Amino acid sequence: MSVQPEDAWAEFRHAIGSAGVANATPADSLPGADPQVLLEPESAEGVAGALRCASKSSLRVAPRGGGTKLGWGNPTHGAELILSTLRLDQVLEHASADMTATVQAGCRIARLQEVLAQHGQRLAIDPLWPARATVGGILATNDSGPLRVRFGSLRDLVIGATVALADGTLARSGGKVVKNVAGYDLPKLLTGSFGTLGVIVEATFRLHPLPKHSQTVSFAFPSFDEANRFTLAVLDSTLVSTGLQVRAQRNARPIVDTRFEGVPTAAEAAVGRLASLSANAEQLDPSADVWNLREGLWDERSESIVCKFSVLPSALAAFSKSLDRTTAAHHLEWEMIGQAIGVGLLKLKGAHPDAYITPIHELRQNLAPGGGSLVVLDCPPEIKARVDAWGDAGDALPLMRRVKQQLDPAGILNPGRFVGGI
Amino acid sequence: MGRWGLIVDPDQLRTYECDGLTNFRVMPSAVVLPATGEQVQQVVRVCHREHIPFVARGSGTGLSGGALPVEEGIVISLARLNHILDVDIPNARITVEPGVINSNVTQKVASSGYFYAPDPSSQQVCSIGGNVAENSGGAHCLKYGFTTTHVLGLEVVLPDGSMVHLGGATLDRPGYDLAGVFVGSEGTLGIVTKVILRIVKRPESIKTLLAAFNSTDEAGAAVSEIIASGILPAAIEMMDNLAIQAAEAAVHANYPDCGGLLLVELDGPSVEVELLMEQVTAICNSCGAWEIRISRSEEERMVIWKGRKAAFAAMGRISPNYIVQDGVIPRTALPQVLHEIERMSSAVGLRVANVFHAGDGNLHPLVLYDRRIEGQEPAAEKLAFDILEMCVKAGGSITGEHGVGEEKKLAMSLMFAEPDLDTMQRVRCAFDPDTLANPGKVFPRPRLCAERQGPYEPHPLEKAGLAEFF
Repeated sequence: MSVQPEDAWAEFRHAIGSAGVANATPADSLPGADPQVLLEPESAEGVAGALRCASKSSLRVAPRGGGTKLGWGNPTHGAELILSTLRLDQVLEHASADMTATVQAGCRIARLQEVLAQHGQRLAIDPLWPARATVGGILATNDSGPLRVRFGSLRDLVIGATVALADGTLARSGGKVVKNVAGYDLPKLLTGSFGTLGVIVEATFRLHPLPKHSQTVSFAFPSFDEANRFTLAVLDSTLVSTGLQVRAQRNARPIVDTRFEGVPTAAEAAVGRLASLSANAEQLDPSADVWNLREGLWDERSESIVCKFSVLPSALAAFSKSLDRTTAAHHLEWEMIGQAIGVGLLKLKGAHPDAYITPIHELRQNLAPGGGSLVVLDCPPEIKARVDAWGDAGDALPLMRRVKQQLDPAGILNPGRFVGGI
Repeated sequence: MGRWGLIVDPDQLRTYECDGLTNFRVMPSAVVLPATGEQVQQVVRVCHREHIPFVARGSGTGLSGGALPVEEGIVISLARLNHILDVDIPNARITVEPGVINSNVTQKVASSGYFYAPDPSSQQVCSIGGNVAENSGGAHCLKYGFTTTHVLGLEVVLPDGSMVHLGGATLDRPGYDLAGVFVGSEGTLGIVTKVILRIVKRPESIKTLLAAFNSTDEAGAAVSEIIASGILPAAIEMMDNLAIQAAEAAVHANYPDCGGLLLVELDGPSVEVELLMEQVTAICNSCGAWEIRISRSEEERMVIWKGRKAAFAAMGRISPNYIVQDGVIPRTALPQVLHEIERMSSAVGLRVANVFHAGDGNLHPLVLYDRRIEGQEPAAEKLAFDILEMCVKAGGSITGEHGVGEEKKLAMSLMFAEPDLDTMQRVRCAFDPDTLANPGKVFPRPRLCAERQGPYEPHPLEKAGLAEFF
């Protein structure tokens, strides 16, 4: 498939206005595709119109927000068009007294948080690269950070969404109130769907108050077993932390960062109680912002890969041992920044792209019995050509294919990027 | 299924002709009571082969007719799948069968200091399977979230008889969040046979405050101030005078006779609860509370909750019949909406009692009437519907926790446009292309799954303004 520029341009110009249609440049490339046309509609209707045109001409679309995670997932089977949401960048409503906000998909996270902070509130999620990442982008990729320990992930915070489907249907689901069970919960279906079901154009979230006080304490443990015992003890205690993060790498003492927010005296008391749970640990001096260290895992991008892992909270230590064994056998280094609830990021560093393939399979095999998963996020292209980014999607994969078939029957949205080649 | 597993005797079938919404009744052709997930699968396979519609049923406490049988269909009761399969305290997870009673989950883990957070008023009898179907809430979902927040994984029998696993014990499994779609789908996507739930550590301290105000306006102002001050209580409940009277008559909770009663529960570390309770008390005082009680023990806390938990059932003391509604509004619209309900109620000449989750704006207006008086039932139904319409106009929802079911499927069109409903039904077609699972519920009109793919196009009659889909 290729765009016959003149014809397609006319149609797209008609649908979204001429300012929103441009030649794509090499900067618009993504793994698997060099799109020819960049579409930047300025309204939800424009997004729907662009998709309707794309459907009609059987052109494949790669939706894009801030473009920070275009490498995640499998390489697309192809895209003639890039559909950018960046001109949909408004915070449409901040109902501060109701603690909800309705935002357009292209709004950057940092910008949204800035607006919410004016009324002492926040969206209680701390994804990667907030200055660039957009609301639509973090929803589509289901990104989350340390706050998840206390507030859950996006599925627990999104209460409504409007999506433009491949055929140009604009559909709302959920609502603007926190409590609502009318109809199917499609905002959850869209969360983490990697733009394969539709393009999110707008979302409504429940908000939380910004804490007036925040306190972090870090401990280094002699072994991962002891670090894991500590995280389980904190989770099993009546302490309410808003961050419980494990940082570890091969041949180094694992560090656990714990954060308490809210009433200062309560946070102080909580930190005091941690001491009794952290025997054998050494308290570290408070250093740089430990809650933003995850982005550093991408520092050596060309000679490393970054994965997302998920295990049971009690299986973190066992996972670290499996990492030790596997990486030692294949001459790799590993570094993880994980949340105590069992999800986290893992960097593997090796001398050659070949070095990763077997370890990824091995780690997945070790994780499978406990229901764990290892998803490759960013890596050199030759690796993703040889290993599926997602791993096993389980026995519901045929059902997932049917959902895709219903919402995007021609398969024009991010074809191939999702599980099982969806 | 064995000899106890099949009911065809008309007298026995009568038990299953309705759920908690008793003004809708349909006799099923048969009721089956499988004892295992495999038996559920066998039954559904037969239904699929013979094209027999089926309705799954838990404890039958639903208030929207979600478990109402369908003509020529069967009811699949999950009551015998009532085993707790696995308790994993270190990971705060519990695996149960769908027939397990909600409060038994908490009972099972209480000795380890945990509880299961969703607490619908019917928690002593309602089942986890029903909770999953309805995405049940309860008083404490303001802080802890709904059933969907606590469901990690599901084993589901799809309407074609295949068994799939959605989500799981670990978070963020690769693939679409189909567990998220399934929870709250009201039995229209399949039958759940196993549920992995998240359990929550019981907080160090739980305190409940009761405050009496002259009006719901004053009580509502206190709610707004509490939220505005950045406090997130575990629950905030409000009752108006009529609801208080009913609760008093039924369970003698010893509530003050006032125009607006507020219950505020705070939980968390003791230091924090003490401090915040002082703040809440000060706010209530400044908003005109003339009596405040704070629980000093678990017993006192239970006494404070007793009247609230019994409020729906208590309506029987003051009215022969009543309709429970479940509309949600943005909390800020509360005073205006309550006044409007009052106005509408006096215009029709029917009493409306208000008991609601004030923290999240989930109203439960109880429309009181007497079926024996001709014309009252339709008038009450109309009033209930009008209240829902007003909730939607105020920016809210037709249902916060009871579900759409049979009762409110027409009201779905108040909230959603045709393309919205059509998109939801496309998802339904992926799960249930033959529309065998609880057909006719939730949506105002069924979508034929074989229909042409494509964007929603209005019917020519609709375009011409001659017909409107309700």
